[in-house]
Formats: sequence, C-alpha cells, structure tokens
Amino acid sequence: MTAGGTAGRPRRIVVCIKQVPRAQELQVDPVTQTLKRVGVPSEINPPDANALEMALQLKDRLGTEVVVLSMGPTSFDESLERAVAMGADRSVLLTDRILGGSDTVPTAYALSETIQKIGGYDLLLCGEETTDASTGHVGPGIAGHLDLPQITYVSEVRIINGKVRARRTAEDGTEWWETTMPCLCTVNFGCNRPREPTLTGKIRVKRGGLVTHWSCADVGIDPKKVGLFNSPTIVAKVDTVRLPSRSGQIFSGEPEESVRKLLASLVADRVIAA
Amino acid sequence: MSRKAERAASSRFGRCPTDISEERLLPVPLFRRGKREIVEHFDVIVVGAGPAGSAAALTLARKGFSTLLVERGRSPGAKGMFGGRVYAWPFAELLPEWAKDCPIERRVVRENLAFLTDDASLGISFDAPKMAQGRGASFTALRAKFDAWFAKKAQDAGAVLVTGIRVDDLWREDGRVRGVFVAPNDRVVSDLVVIAEGATSTLVRKAGLKADLEPREVSVGVKETVELPAETIQERFGLDETEGAAYVYAGAASLGLRGGGFLYTNRASVSLGLVVSSEDLSRKKVEIQEIQTRFRMHPAVQRLIRGGKVVEYSAHLVPELGAGMMPRLSGDGILVVGDAAGFLINNGYTFRGVDLAIASGVAAGEAAEAARAAGGMTAANLGAYEKFLRRRNVLTDLERFRRAPLYMKKDRLFDVYPRMLMEIAERMYTVDGAGKERLFDVVLDEAASAGVPKLKMLLDLLQGARSM
Repeated sequence: MTAGGTAGRPRRIVVCIKQVPRAQELQVDPVTQTLKRVGVPSEINPPDANALEMALQLKDRLGTEVVVLSMGPTSFDESLERAVAMGADRSVLLTDRILGGSDTVPTAYALSETIQKIGGYDLLLCGEETTDASTGHVGPGIAGHLDLPQITYVSEVRIINGKVRARRTAEDGTEWWETTMPCLCTVNFGCNRPREPTLTGKIRVKRGGLVTHWSCADVGIDPKKVGLFNSPTIVAKVDTVRLPSRSGQIFSGEPEESVRKLLASLVADRVIAA
Repeated sequence: MSRKAERAASSRFGRCPTDISEERLLPVPLFRRGKREIVEHFDVIVVGAGPAGSAAALTLARKGFSTLLVERGRSPGAKGMFGGRVYAWPFAELLPEWAKDCPIERRVVRENLAFLTDDASLGISFDAPKMAQGRGASFTALRAKFDAWFAKKAQDAGAVLVTGIRVDDLWREDGRVRGVFVAPNDRVVSDLVVIAEGATSTLVRKAGLKADLEPREVSVGVKETVELPAETIQERFGLDETEGAAYVYAGAASLGLRGGGFLYTNRASVSLGLVVSSEDLSRKKVEIQEIQTRFRMHPAVQRLIRGGKVVEYSAHLVPELGAGMMPRLSGDGILVVGDAAGFLINNGYTFRGVDLAIASGVAAGEAAEAARAAGGMTAANLGAYEKFLRRRNVLTDLERFRRAPLYMKKDRLFDVYPRMLMEIAERMYTVDGAGKERLFDVVLDEAASAGVPKLKMLLDLLQGARSM
C-alpha cells in the first residue's frame, strides 16, 4: 500500500461506526438486570459520529473519499444511510449470521479483513469507544491486525507533508503525535459537532446503491474466528446502581396557600434561606 | 527538524507545534465542484408534503416530471395541523380508489351549527346519511396518518420524498428561480419549484410574491384532541362505527370575537378547536388558550366530551386572506399552492382547506404540463395555473365567499346577533305563567334592545345571506 495519495493527501478514509441504542432512552430491566434494547430508537454511536465528522471535514478540505464501514444486522442500514446523507461517499455493512455474539476480538478481526477488501485506504478513523459497551478495544484491535501505526483519543487531525499529525488527549493534557499514512486514529467523543444530513445527501440515499452488504464469504472471513464461540469475553455479572428512594410531599389546596406551605417547608429543611 | 527535537519543542501540555500552522486550513467553499460533487437535479421540487404538496407531487410524477417532495417534519404530517375534516371531492378524479385505503377516522353524516351564549346553545342539526356517499362525501382524519398515506401515493407514482429537511430559500441562477437552497451550503436544482409550505410560508415572501403577513390576514387556529372510547362516541353522538358528526359553533365559542369553534368526531377521539381572528385577539387583549378553555367548559360542549382526556394540543395560523389579498400565484419557475396561497374558505358554516389544497396541487401539476408544452417554466407559461384553478372552482369559490363572516369587519355577527337569537329562543320556550307574548313582538322587542338600528340590522341580514 502506498501511503498518501496525490500531493501527500489521503485518498480514502474508512470510518468504522456502530449503531447503538440511544443512550438517553436506555433502561435496565429491573428483573433480568440487562439492557432493554427492544423498541429503543437507535443512533450512530456518538464518538463514531465525531469520527465521521472529522473525516467529512477532511473531505471538505482535501477532497478525500469517505467510506463508512459497520458490522451488524441489516437494521444498521439506518445509520449507514444517515452517514451517506451526512456526506460520506458510500458505506459497507458486513452482515452475517455467523458473526452474531462476537465480542471485540472477532469484531476487530472481521473489520480489519473487510477494510482490506475495501482497500486503498490511507486513514482509518474509529470512535474512542461505544456508548453501549465502552471497551475501546476495536479501534486498536484493527490497527493491530493491519499492523498500522495508531494514535488514540484524538481530537484533531491535520495532514502535513503526507503525514498525519494528531492531537491526543492525555490524562494530564494534550500531546501532538505524528505518523505516516496509512494509520488509524480513534476519535474523542464530543471533539466536534457532527453535521446534519443534507438534502443532497438524502436524495443520494433515496437513489440507492450506496450501501453495500457483504457476508463473511464475500470478504473471506474465517468462520472459525468469529461469533459467540470464538469470543473470549464472558460477562460474569452486571450490577446496577439503585437510585435512592425519595420522599415526596404534595402540597394541595389553594395555590397561594400551597405555595406558602412549600416555601415554609423548604425553609425548615434549610434548602433555601427565609 | 529531528523527531526528538520536534517533540522537545512542543511542550507536553502545549499547543500544536508551530509548523502545523503552515498549512492554513482552507476555507470551505460554499459549493465545491470537485469531481465527485454531483448537483442533484429534478424537473420539479415541491416544498411541503401536506395535502397540497402531495397532490402536486402525485400529479407531476404521473405526468412524467422527475419530482422531489421535500418535507420539514420527520414524516409527512408530523408538523402539520388542521381542523380534522376533509371534503373528499378532489379524490374522485385524482385517486378514484381512495376510499379503499385512505386512513379515514369517520365519514361525516351529521352537520350541526350551534350558536352559544355563556351557558345556552341554539342549534340546527342536519342528519343525512347520503352525505357519506359519492362526490359530496367528507370525512374526519388525523394529519399524521392522512398525510403519510397521501405522500405514499405520490411516492408510488414516482416522486422522491425526503423528510427532515427544511428548505431555507429559493436557489436562483441568472435572476430566476432554479431550485431550492438548504443552509448552510446545499442546493438542489430544478426547472420549477412548487411552494406548498402552508400558511406561514417564508418562501412565498422570499420569492417576492407577497409581503409579510399582517394580523388582519390571519386567524389563529387551536385544536385539542380529546380521547374518548369509540363506543362512547357512538353512543353519545348517536353514530355507528363508521359514522361521524361535525359541529360548527358561533357566538360565545369565540367570546364574541370574529371566528368560531368546531368539533369533529374521530374514531376514538374528538377534535375540538377554534379559529379566531388574530387582529381581534390582539385588539381585545385576550389569550386564545383562555377562549379555548371556556369553549371546552361550555355546558353544550362539555356534554359531548365529558370524561375525555386531552391528549394533544396544537395551534396554527390560518390564512384569511380572502381573494382580494392572495399572493401572486405564479412567477418564473415558481407556483404557490394550498394554504401558502391562502386557499381557505370559512363561510361561517363550513371550514374548507384540505380540498382546496388538493385541488390547487392538481392544478399546479396541470399548469406545469401546459408550461412544458408551451416551451418552459416561464411566468407567462405558468400563468395557465389560474385557468386550471378556476376549472376546479378553487378561485371562483374563494371569490364568491370573499364576503364571508371572517372577511367581514362586523363584530355584530359574532356577538350581538347570536345573543339576540338566544334571547328570542329563551322567551319563545319559557312558560312560567308570567304571560306569553307573540313571537313577532318578541323579535321586535329584542331587536330594539340589541341597540342596533333596524335598517342596519336588515342590511346585515341581507349581506349575511348573500355571503353565505
């Protein structure tokens, strides 16, 4: 692979995204202690949306092609179509029953194989982690499989003389790192404001043909390396934090009278000063 | 600079090394014409997927125009609001099979007109099962379902529907409309733009077809959806599962301001609302919610909605432009349909909007076809729109009802006369041993005490009859 296209600019950026349940609407089933996913509206994993926005900004400036990649059921089309409507050139969904139950190890493997099939990439962008699992494994895992340099927790990327220079958020400040292309960066949540889909983008989605579905066989993924049985992670236990109960009190009656009682009560409890 | 020296130069906590600023970030051009940047093009763009927009898109797509239908809401109907009643006549031609899958709530078989005072009601009821059939049929509907159904018909005919996009302006090239612009930097090109944005259309203004809205040109419409079990509605209103009733209220419904109230039965809810002159609201300094609350609490209304739960509240401006104050309906590469064009008729006993919207959408499609045949979407060629509107009686009806109550500057019609009628009714029907007068004397007496000169009253009566 030759690093950097014409004039040292990346020719193709691949952005890996995941579709997750919208965080604000998530609830934990009080009985089974698992996330209730049924009927919850979905969104692009927010850090992935930041990675996509970063790619689209590079596209705006440098004319780079942006390809969006995801792995999951066909319901992920919703997010992949949104990505195209936001300005990505096309998207690819790796979808296959045998991938079901994969944890971050097979996922990183399967995605890296798919990225190789897409080919021609100079820069790979992933979100720093997902909001539904928060491992942060997959981005670095892909870099490992592809043997690429990587910069994690990036909030800004610049292309200088055919190299990637990125600002990395460290615990005690920020660092600037530089590396050759191709490389992989994982992008900080909230480092930019993802754009809204455009009219032209939505029309392109309606015209069709921009979301490609690939199976494991299409990509050449080894079935013995993916799926639930090839995932080393075991969820041993999930704890939920129980909210303390609150003692409510209802002040009824005439509005003036009940407000007076409420104020008196707040003063008595030292919530407000008299 | 060696890597080590460079890292030393940039403090760990510092800002980016200075050489990074050498490549200044290029400003993003408004429209980049890169090799992959393809500008989308349609023959026609219809802005707004309400009844007018969907009717236009459906007609255009059938006539072979590549058509884009753009809707601001997440889905058609999501942002729309109407009273809740549709006169079905335009469907006879446009979608003859409409009744098969149209999301009808109930077919209206009973019309009611009631005058209200503070606590009494005097009404006329017209019971006619025939009204549910044929060209004169009307039905109640809910926007979310109805608009989605209608937009689907346009899509089935080949129109491309895009939702969740607000069109910010018209796109102009060489001084003529050439499509639509969406902020911050997107545009789609077309030969013709059909504005179906509704009463508060900004594009009509930006196209220079109309000045800003004046308070006298609009009424405020409010509507509550009151949930009631279907069986309760059937029992209370004396209807079967498919039948519906429509009520129009005058007098105290609008607290005597110009306007009136309405109530339509849906399958398992009731649409209850008001349309009140916004000029009167600001002049009399009354809040419309207050009028709506009093209207809802009126004994004659309460009886019908008792036990129901208000599940939805919506408000919207209603054009009361009248035929004399309509915007210009066409220009170079542009047509205006539906509420955006002020196509609404309120003659005191019927509120019509959706049927005029649909008919105008169809007329716009026909005008586009005629303009195409005549050589292009110029203002001169699109002028045929008016002819097609007249063929469907849209303009003719609007002109005929120009003098209808809301367009009239007469408070008496909404305040004095209903009260007078009620007093007459009360004296007619009260038997309390205090001595009974002849009806004629009662009428004369009440007319005198209403404080309106008899000649004026006679003129009002004549004018009112003419306007209706």
